[in-house]
Amino acid sequence: MSLRPIDPSVLRVDDDGITLLGGHSATSGQRHFPPSPVCPFTGADDVEPLDLPRTGTVWLHTSVNLPPPGYAGPVPYHFGIVELDGEPLLRIVSRLSGEGLAPGTRVELTGEELPGPDGEPVLTWAFRP
Amino acid sequence: MSKVRISGVGLHPFGRFEGVTGTQMGVIAVRAALAEAAIGVRQVQAAFCGTAYGGVAAGHRVLGGLAGTGIPIYDVEAGCASGGAALQLGAASIASGQYDRVLVFGIEKMPKGVIRSSFFAPWQEAAGLSPAPAYFALRAQRLLVDAGLTTEHLAQVVVKNRRHGAANPDAMFQKAVTVDEVLAARMICEPLTLFMLCSPNEGAAAAVLERDGDGVTVAGISLRSHLPGSVLGEDSPLCGIDDTTITPPSTLAADEAYAQAGLGPCDVDVVECQDTDAGRELLAWAELGLCRSGEQARILEDGSALVGGALPINPSGGLLSKGEPLGASALGQVVEIVRQLRGTAGARQVEGAQVGLTHVIGRGANACVAVLVR
Repeated sequence: MSLRPIDPSVLRVDDDGITLLGGHSATSGQRHFPPSPVCPFTGADDVEPLDLPRTGTVWLHTSVNLPPPGYAGPVPYHFGIVELDGEPLLRIVSRLSGEGLAPGTRVELTGEELPGPDGEPVLTWAFRP
Repeated sequence: MSKVRISGVGLHPFGRFEGVTGTQMGVIAVRAALAEAAIGVRQVQAAFCGTAYGGVAAGHRVLGGLAGTGIPIYDVEAGCASGGAALQLGAASIASGQYDRVLVFGIEKMPKGVIRSSFFAPWQEAAGLSPAPAYFALRAQRLLVDAGLTTEHLAQVVVKNRRHGAANPDAMFQKAVTVDEVLAARMICEPLTLFMLCSPNEGAAAAVLERDGDGVTVAGISLRSHLPGSVLGEDSPLCGIDDTTITPPSTLAADEAYAQAGLGPCDVDVVECQDTDAGRELLAWAELGLCRSGEQARILEDGSALVGGALPINPSGGLLSKGEPLGASALGQVVEIVRQLRGTAGARQVEGAQVGLTHVIGRGANACVAVLVR
């Protein structure tokens, strides 16, 4: 994929495909997304970059039928919260794609093309079964 | 400590008013509050204006429409709790002894449709991660599971509030609806239909606060933000670690307001709470200690949250009937509760109400709870 990521601080594209970028604090033991200079759960300042797992499980799912402000992509689209694999528990807000997205469904990271903030196409992400 | 009394309230109805500016609505609400308090604007020592979309020096423009007074005017933004934050600051300025009489008001003139806020980064908006109704929907889904509720219960909240709103001449929607109509309305984000979501709109509300004297007492008021960790919180953190052990900001604010008032949830006679969507109201009931999670279904089914029931909730019709002008909504609740406690709420009067509670929660997260006593 030659598209630029929607924001290079949250999404990396390389020969391995796409990766969501997060952080991990040894002090708090917590993972987080998007990357933050301090652990968003404890304020610990020992955050190290962390490549997040590409797989997880749908926790909640709905769909968006009206385009929210600042969004120029297609509607409707799937939207929800995914529990990423690995420990400790981390739930992230994400677009979802595909069919059969009921809570409990196993999903994996996939790239999606959308208009970026300046209208030019960019690479973003979703989770799909 | 001195008592903070509400000596006058005023309202510009909530709705859509083409050609009327937010400033003009504010002037109308402020004039009405001053008239009730039987004072002129020059007898006010400070003013606190809540608004999220009002622009630079919004409060100054409103008071400038009455008179140049030279008094301090504070413009306060706290998302959906902006008017609550203005009330909290105004009440604190009197309780501390700084002032004897202040004006608090809220104004808003919102664009139609889904609220755009500068809260989300441009990349988050472009990625489709900022749809407010979808966050409400996910929270409602979680509530349905946790509290043993169905989409019919969500519809019953709308039916209750719209029934109340039908008796409120200041509401945007004054027509009752049925469960079937609510469920058949356009689906916005499952499980929320159009009727289950409040409309961002326009309006203004105002109150005059005084040290001691007559009037309803602000017995407790608290503004709180969120603790970290809940992915479903109004702070929209994009990630979370738990949703069961984190005390929500509404509970933090309620506990503090109850403690200040020396009262508890069982003492409350009438409630105005945040019903951005039908699920939000049912969550608020539990967060404010009005019931335990899981009791909402019984309360909806036995009608005890209706005017005439054991604990009427949103007798004004709530935001689902009035719409939500962000800066004005909290003070709109205060206007309603003051009228209820005075016994002047007309067809929607809660008989014998002595203690009222107001509650707002929204972006930030910001939650404000006030306990008002007759």
